[in-house]
Amino acid sequence: MHKHLALIAFLLAGTAAGSAMGVRVAAAEEGEGLPRSGADIKDVESLQRGARNFMNYCSGCHSLKYVRYNRMSTDLQIPEPELAANLMFTTDKPFDTVNSSMPADSEAWFGKQPPDLSLMARARGVDYLYAFLKSFYVDKNRPWGTNNLILPGAAMPDVLAKLQGLQKPVYTNEPDDHGSANMVLTGVEPMSPGAMKPEEYDQFVRDTANFLDYAGEPVKAKRQSMGVFVILFLLVFFAFAYMLKKEYWKDVH
Amino acid sequence: MAAPESTEPPKFGTGLLGWIDQRFPLTSLWKSQVSEYYAPKNFNFWYFFGALALLILANQLITGIFLTMNYKPSAAEAFSSVEYIMRDVDGGWIIRYMHSTGASAFFIVIYLHMFRALLYGSARKPRELVWIFGCLIFLLLMAEAFMGYVLPWGNMSFWGAQVIVSLFGSLPVIGGVLVEWIRGDYVIADATLNRFFALHVAALPLALVFLVIAHLMALHEVGSNNPDGVDIHKKKDANGHYLDGIPFHPYYTVKDVMGVAGFLLIFCGVIFFAPTFGGLFLEGPNFEPANPLQTPPHIAPVWYFTPFYAMLRAVPSFAGTQVWGVLVMGAAIVVLFFVPWLDRSPALSIRYKGPLYKIALAIFVVSFIILGMCGLKPPSGIYPMLAKVCTVLYFAFFLLMPWYTKIDSVKPVPERVTGHA
Repeated sequence: MHKHLALIAFLLAGTAAGSAMGVRVAAAEEGEGLPRSGADIKDVESLQRGARNFMNYCSGCHSLKYVRYNRMSTDLQIPEPELAANLMFTTDKPFDTVNSSMPADSEAWFGKQPPDLSLMARARGVDYLYAFLKSFYVDKNRPWGTNNLILPGAAMPDVLAKLQGLQKPVYTNEPDDHGSANMVLTGVEPMSPGAMKPEEYDQFVRDTANFLDYAGEPVKAKRQSMGVFVILFLLVFFAFAYMLKKEYWKDVH
Repeated sequence: MAAPESTEPPKFGTGLLGWIDQRFPLTSLWKSQVSEYYAPKNFNFWYFFGALALLILANQLITGIFLTMNYKPSAAEAFSSVEYIMRDVDGGWIIRYMHSTGASAFFIVIYLHMFRALLYGSARKPRELVWIFGCLIFLLLMAEAFMGYVLPWGNMSFWGAQVIVSLFGSLPVIGGVLVEWIRGDYVIADATLNRFFALHVAALPLALVFLVIAHLMALHEVGSNNPDGVDIHKKKDANGHYLDGIPFHPYYTVKDVMGVAGFLLIFCGVIFFAPTFGGLFLEGPNFEPANPLQTPPHIAPVWYFTPFYAMLRAVPSFAGTQVWGVLVMGAAIVVLFFVPWLDRSPALSIRYKGPLYKIALAIFVVSFIILGMCGLKPPSGIYPMLAKVCTVLYFAFFLLMPWYTKIDSVKPVPERVTGHA
């Protein structure tokens, strides 16, 4: 009997340790030291705002070639006519995917074709996207006059500068081995105000990152809520399997 | 002359089962392999993993079949077809996560299954062939997993294949030709993806299934070992039944159902709440399509290969060639085949072995885990040194085994098994 309890304890401990490790590794993989975005995939209103932000500020250059409008309409609870009227700028067919209006030779404009963002949140993590959109700063040496703390030499111009305002780089003196002054780029700070207050802009970026997380895996919220029932079912199943085993084994000495 | 009347009871039952039994050994197979296969009654926690490996094999075969219905094995379409499965195919995402999580679960279960054999001397006489078939399964499983990992055609798929396939290029004389032959092109390309697909969905699974059957046939021929390493066939009661054996069915079938339930709790926990497992089971860079012009910042294989990858990197180039690392990595697998003959202890089970074996096994397990961690990290800082030390310890466990198991002390092995699960 207590052997079985030990087994159950082992399984539970294993699950706990496993998920703890998963979370820890996740934190390490998806951008070490990045601030948490606070994005919540189950917050439908945030996703709706994020969709609005994306369509208005991003979709001119960036496509979501694996995301269909009608799927978005269902998942984000935006009725199709409303979606068509307010968020569909490049097509009138709801079953189409989200394309950008960038021509194929836009590489000549930016030095790089603006990447498709369908899977960017899966590749880099939602915290990365959140941090990236808050880390542009003025840099006269770049073609667009701005650079990015998270992605140095970013080809993307600071398209949200109107909302956030401009930021300037912060350098800190970290003397080298010989004690000589050594200025290192350590952060950014506001330089001129934008149309949004800092909290408003944070929420704007959080919503946008959240929407891109949704775009990366549209089934994510459903997967997690389904998972609760699967685990509950399996707990009951385990209990019955345990009792069945005990019943069969009571004669084995 | 009338035929003499038979006093024997009729050999076959009536009805459909009797009809089948006259033509196919259904009942006798069921009896010999399941309901009258006597297993030791003292199996513990470590004896769940064989049945679980079988469950995962079935999971991989079935989910794999459904994935192939929508997957397109071409460099132009593979990546998009996986996203099509994840988004547009009904239930596609769950099938795909079952398959991708199943791959990692397979290795967890197999590593624990092999560790069990090292704990209780399951590879020792008369189970040498059981162990050798098992090692072949492990080897094929690595090939199967590697080729499966290439199929989504993400950037890590591409560069992982690039690194691993080019290893063969370090072999003297034939290297260059061999690599071209494997790739079917001068670079990893469409032709490579096509042949990996063929091997992953047809050739290797077929070979795996045959080997698993051979593994089980050999096991049922000699009978299962147990945590005491005692031969249960020696002691019979007055009726000729094994005193320490119980029929596999129903005792271990119901017990394995419980094990399956416990396993599924963890397995489904990963599928529904952490399918990428923090970038360990599905890596971030693999959500970017294969790009021959853009190397990922850090190329690491999936976690289950990292111990061997760390050994590969731990060996320095010598006499102008990198081939030594490849040979060491190969030797790390080959040495497993010799375990049945390396262990010279009179006792099979660790319960009756002396402290030397216990210490050696503990060091081995720790080294293997550290190697796995080293293989995940870029080769800088403390990791290269750590990997070198652990590579030596990995091989020392096997190569010194004849020596330390011979001089090790032994506790008296009981006549009968102790307790039951």
